[in-house]
Amino acid sequence: MLSRAAASLYWLGRYVERADFIARLVEATLRLDVLSPRPAGEAAWRSALAVTDTLDAFEATGAALTREEVARFLIGDPSHPGSILRCLAQARDNARAVRTALSREAWAAINGAWLVFDRRMSRLDPDATLAVVDAVKNETRGFEGAVHRMLRNQTTQFIRLGQSVERTDDTARLLDVKYHILLPEGEIVGGIVDRDQWTTILQTVSAVTAYRWLYSEGLRPANVIDLLLTRAELPRSVAASAEETVTALNALAKSSGTQGEADRMARNRYARVVKTRTGDVIAAGLHQHLQTVIEENAQLHLAIGRQFKFG
Amino acid sequence: MGIQAFDEIMGPASGDGARPELRALCHWLDDTPADELRRRQEAAETTFRQLGITFAVYGESDASERIIPFDIVPRVFLADEWARLSEGLVQRVEAINAFLVDIYGERRILKEGVLPEDLILGNAQFRPEIAGIRPPHDVWAHICGIDLVRTGPDSFFVLEDNARTPSGVSYMLENREAMVRLCPELFAKFRVAAVDSYPDMLLETMKSVSPRGCGQAPTCVVLTPGHYNSAYYEHSFLADSMGIELVEAADLIVDDDVVYMRTIAGRVKVDVIYRRVDDDFLDPLVFRADSMLGVPGLIAAYAAGNVAILNAPGNGIADDKAIYSYMPEIVRFYSGGEAKLPNVETYRCREPQALKYVLEHLDQLVVKLVDGSGGYGMLVGPTASKAEIERFRAALVATPERYIAQPTLALSTVPTLVEQGVSPRHVDFRPFVLTGSKGVKVVPGGLTRVALREGSLVVNSSQGGGTKDSFVLMDGGGMTQTMPGMSQSMGF
Repeated sequence: MLSRAAASLYWLGRYVERADFIARLVEATLRLDVLSPRPAGEAAWRSALAVTDTLDAFEATGAALTREEVARFLIGDPSHPGSILRCLAQARDNARAVRTALSREAWAAINGAWLVFDRRMSRLDPDATLAVVDAVKNETRGFEGAVHRMLRNQTTQFIRLGQSVERTDDTARLLDVKYHILLPEGEIVGGIVDRDQWTTILQTVSAVTAYRWLYSEGLRPANVIDLLLTRAELPRSVAASAEETVTALNALAKSSGTQGEADRMARNRYARVVKTRTGDVIAAGLHQHLQTVIEENAQLHLAIGRQFKFG
Repeated sequence: MGIQAFDEIMGPASGDGARPELRALCHWLDDTPADELRRRQEAAETTFRQLGITFAVYGESDASERIIPFDIVPRVFLADEWARLSEGLVQRVEAINAFLVDIYGERRILKEGVLPEDLILGNAQFRPEIAGIRPPHDVWAHICGIDLVRTGPDSFFVLEDNARTPSGVSYMLENREAMVRLCPELFAKFRVAAVDSYPDMLLETMKSVSPRGCGQAPTCVVLTPGHYNSAYYEHSFLADSMGIELVEAADLIVDDDVVYMRTIAGRVKVDVIYRRVDDDFLDPLVFRADSMLGVPGLIAAYAAGNVAILNAPGNGIADDKAIYSYMPEIVRFYSGGEAKLPNVETYRCREPQALKYVLEHLDQLVVKLVDGSGGYGMLVGPTASKAEIERFRAALVATPERYIAQPTLALSTVPTLVEQGVSPRHVDFRPFVLTGSKGVKVVPGGLTRVALREGSLVVNSSQGGGTKDSFVLMDGGGMTQTMPGMSQSMGF
């Protein structure tokens, strides 16, 4: 496979995953904002920005920190590189560059996701926002399905590699958000708003029901952290993503005969993730731990580029 | 309007009713409500949009991606019409090849005074860098698109030869795909020659000119300028349907006169390149030192005989508009016979007599830039405004050698679905001709372009043109024997 094509497929995987993540984040935040007995308001939207590391970028636009403005920024701001719109445009751009490697179905899904924005960006009340978010999730799911039905060759392996690397980053950032968010004055840890925030995190990774299955006690922060960090059963956990990175790299090693630094880093990381004990992490500092996960993941990303001569 | 045109389905303007062989198509048009036609047409266009079959219009930033409008009413060639047309096409393409071999070799045609020397040697499309190089198997114009217009049942004229990187073949294939899906009943009425083997034919052509000896499987690639190019869809479509890599210049590297592509597992040798980039951007060491684009050393590898390039660099000299007017002489010189497909009468404005005539008849002529394409830099006299005509007059006087002029032809029409219903619109036609080491083949089909605006003669997609499927009927005539209700007197 051409190195350029490999790079495009890898980035295609990353951008689709990121678009999907931001769509889920907006959806969860919207629910938190609208549905909780006490509207979480500004704090909820501030946290959504914190997760994506875009508080500064948002403030630079001069817009007020309201639901509508933040939703517009995260979903459809053409000047914000991290908006869903831009992620999908990038995904489509990469997909076009490797048009031949994708099945028609996979291409149609990416193109469809991008076309969503052609039609619906005019007004963003909660209903319309949810509709766009749903449409995006539908199309990314369609893409996921189409990739599953493609030949299990290097093409899909690079897409999966990109997805798993992106997912590790997203989930670590999502957990880290609790570090950024101070509870509003008068609220106590374990109070309604605190619970809502943890629920939002679970919703973002579609894990509300999974949580109930795996933990018999009620909602406990330590358990949410445990689930998202160490439980490989949950597809979006750091553990599952780290495992998938190893799997994708193994498959690529087999099919391309190329193996190296990235494989070693991914395997070592996975070995550490499996041994992680949530209690120890919390005792030593969750934020510190998550920052390390994000940094290691960035190093792995660079190693992948070197190994496959992305240039 | 006002031009009395031959309609390819309904026959001559003076006639009464459809051409007998095509009555079935007429009945189909009568029996299918316009709404239903429109629904199918929209379904086809939706598919094209979903697949991303788009083209970019240069100079328009907002609408950077559009689909070319598709018309649901096919144009049809009868088997015997097609047979005659094919003969003419083969003769023409053989002459183009012989001309290129000669011009970059012995130059007999210049020595014998058939063409003025400065016309070739002073032409920007002539590439002295290429002279002396012999491409594998002496094939230069592997893939040709010959643009034709029609004015009567047996009157076809060549409007333009495209021997560089003709595009449009993906529309031929996708349009057919759409027609089979949306109008299957037409394929029951007519025996239409299949076009879907085109990718196999093209790959066969590529392999046949590989510089490697037989027995070894050559590595073939399609070279694209990249996914911002207006024809990118076609490039990827062709690479995909041939099952070969689609590369950009940056993916290729030349080492010791051998071309390699960069892959995740290292370098892989490349033997045959179907390039869809212009000569100027092939090799910065040879053609344009100011260009960062291209593959440094590619032409050296080509000259060393280590790689085949389709179409050959330097081909522009064969399809240049200034050369076009000499094509009848060129065909005669190499084939020994008269051109079976005539040219459109052409005034070379470089010649004072011709220029004088053109300036006096600007309102009746079509004036074209010799080095223009896509319908840009073109004057259609009968429909042009006074200001436009005056602008061209000034340009003609200033640089006459840059222009040719042709009479405005009554281009044939084909019924076309427009807002008011089905109505005749002018068409042209681009068949595709492949030349490998084993000879010349005409693909039974092609790209029909249609001017959607009433009375318009400009079919270019960048100027509001659309496309149609082009049926080539197989021997046995227009209809299958099972057509109910057809006249017995037609002999089936």
